[in-house]
Amino acid sequence: MAENDVVVIAERVVGGYPDVTFELLGKAKEIASALGGEVHCLVVGDSEGHECLGASDHLHLVEGEHLWPYNPHAWESAISALLSELNPRLVLASTGTVGIDLCGALAAQSGAMLASYVVDLSVQGSSLMAVAQLYGGKLMAECDLGDGPAFVTAIPGSFAGLAARVDGVADPIAHRHDGAEVRMRHVALTEPEKTGVDITSEEVLVSVGRGIGGQSNIELAQELAEVLGAGLSASRPVIDQGWLPKAHQVGKSGKKVKPKVYLALGISGAPEHLEGMRQAELIIACNTDATAPIFEVAHYGTTADLFDLVPEILDLIGG
Amino acid sequence: MKIVVAMRQIADLVEELEVDASGADIDREFVKFVSNEWDEAALEEALCLKEAHGGEVVVVGVDDVDFDQTLFGALAKGADRAVKLSCGFEGWMPTAVRAEILARWLKDEAFDLVLTGVQAADDLDGQLAGVLGARLGLPHAAVVVGLEPDGEGFKVTQELGGGVTLTSHATGPLVLGIQAARQAPRYVPISRIRQAMSAGGIEEVEVEAPAARAPRVTRLFAPEAKGRAEMLGDKPSEVAARIVELIRAKGAGVS
Ligand SMILES: Cc1cc2nc3c(=O)[nH]c(=O)nc-3n(C[C@H](O)[C@H](O)[C@H](O)COP(=O)(O)OP(=O)(O)OC[C@H]3O[C@@H](n4cnc5c(N)ncnc54)[C@H](O)[C@@H]3O)c2cc1C
Repeated sequence: MAENDVVVIAERVVGGYPDVTFELLGKAKEIASALGGEVHCLVVGDSEGHECLGASDHLHLVEGEHLWPYNPHAWESAISALLSELNPRLVLASTGTVGIDLCGALAAQSGAMLASYVVDLSVQGSSLMAVAQLYGGKLMAECDLGDGPAFVTAIPGSFAGLAARVDGVADPIAHRHDGAEVRMRHVALTEPEKTGVDITSEEVLVSVGRGIGGQSNIELAQELAEVLGAGLSASRPVIDQGWLPKAHQVGKSGKKVKPKVYLALGISGAPEHLEGMRQAELIIACNTDATAPIFEVAHYGTTADLFDLVPEILDLIGG
Repeated sequence: MKIVVAMRQIADLVEELEVDASGADIDREFVKFVSNEWDEAALEEALCLKEAHGGEVVVVGVDDVDFDQTLFGALAKGADRAVKLSCGFEGWMPTAVRAEILARWLKDEAFDLVLTGVQAADDLDGQLAGVLGARLGLPHAAVVVGLEPDGEGFKVTQELGGGVTLTSHATGPLVLGIQAARQAPRYVPISRIRQAMSAGGIEEVEVEAPAARAPRVTRLFAPEAKGRAEMLGDKPSEVAARIVELIRAKGAGVS
């Protein structure tokens, strides 16, 4: 029955489908089977490569004017129209731009519940129960989404163990949606500039966060990187403050890195940062706050002040 | 051009957050509340737009602990008006409630843009820009890193992850969740904030706290220490020696 169905919004905007789409499909299968419903997957705009979405029971391909490249206004209108047809119990998306752009609005329009930053989700009795990661990863909130329709945006990686990538889709269902009044028009899609700095190829990264305190202290981290034969990377605030160029950014909206060693200095470990570096082989974190979430993913940690620690390392190996 | 900037307070993440006796909220008695950093980016973008193209910047938000400070800060930085919506709500306000309060106030204000932060650290039931945009029936976009007036509307640039950006042309009014302004938020000396305080100038509006559907939090807790790091202590010289050892053992970097 439709009211027990689960919908996954496939979030392909450039390139191929991201891992999170398959993670969501895996979770959707689990939830749908607990509810006795089926899994629908929504592909909006260009449907190239949709064959890998075979884990869904029904694949919907929505085409129409303004739907490709990604256009938040047109996508919202198309998804909203399809959802009111499907009338599902649960809609799953990721906390990526599409999830942040659309899910709050879609849930508000339909009067559905919404939980974001979700890392766990289950059916308990007639309720959907979610666990969300809040306060930059410092606290988790377990919450009851009730027995009505709900939207959940999940943090990529949360359901990695369930990832379901099945090649081959029998009969995709084609839809057409031409927004009557689209007030947003596509202008340009821009890929990141190639600058010569490539933090993804470094074996060791010295990575600085807001704890570095200011532009003038970047030099200290640079010096450390040099003696360690490492690259220099950073969290988003360091980039937004203009202390380092964008090419150095690690995380959701920066680069995904997987070095042998990641030395995090003054980085709190917000989910958007962890998304970019949690797969490093060895993570060592320096943060004066013993409760900082970075210590959840780090293999080794210290609460020493980075301004005391770095000079000591330089003394040891700086020559 | 009239730009409304929706701002709010949030628990300072630099501090340790404790769970209160109910087990479902942070202990608000002991934590420091500060202005949401992404709202500060939204304010900065609004002020830059005003400086470049003229117009008016109105800062608005639902009253909360130390919100006056945020509003006076905004006035000192160059906002034209600061409005505090008081509804007697205490505790953890769902985004849906905040959006409803703002929407009711906005219906009597003509505006071209509503800018707010892309997120706040406790927005369990969604980020404000999308929820408010839907409530107002206006186009909206999140993770915005670029904004320019363009003909009849605006050019809006969003980050789509991995460094890819999308630029769209949108006809206003618009609601945008700002990720980063064109420059880091400006610093304003305490003396200017004091001046703003003595000039007063915060408009206070009484509003009703509407009911809204939001998830019921059953438990708030610190993440279970699963893969907790092995702590190396905090004596810098000893820690430094261990770190060098660890890096050498990986056979990477350090000669
Ligand atoms: C859509 C979206 C995309 C995002 N993309 C990214 C992304 O790609 N990358 C990213 O990093 N973030 C991203 N963010 C931002 C993210 O949410 C966090 O705000 C950010 O990661 C925090 O950076 P930080 O850890 O450096 O700063 P903070 O959270 O402020 O942490 C600074 C830390 O330094 C510690 N510290 C301070 N002084 C010292 C000292 N002397 N010695 C040791 N420790 C010290 C403090 O205890 C604190 O834990 C994104 C956010 C959104 C909404």
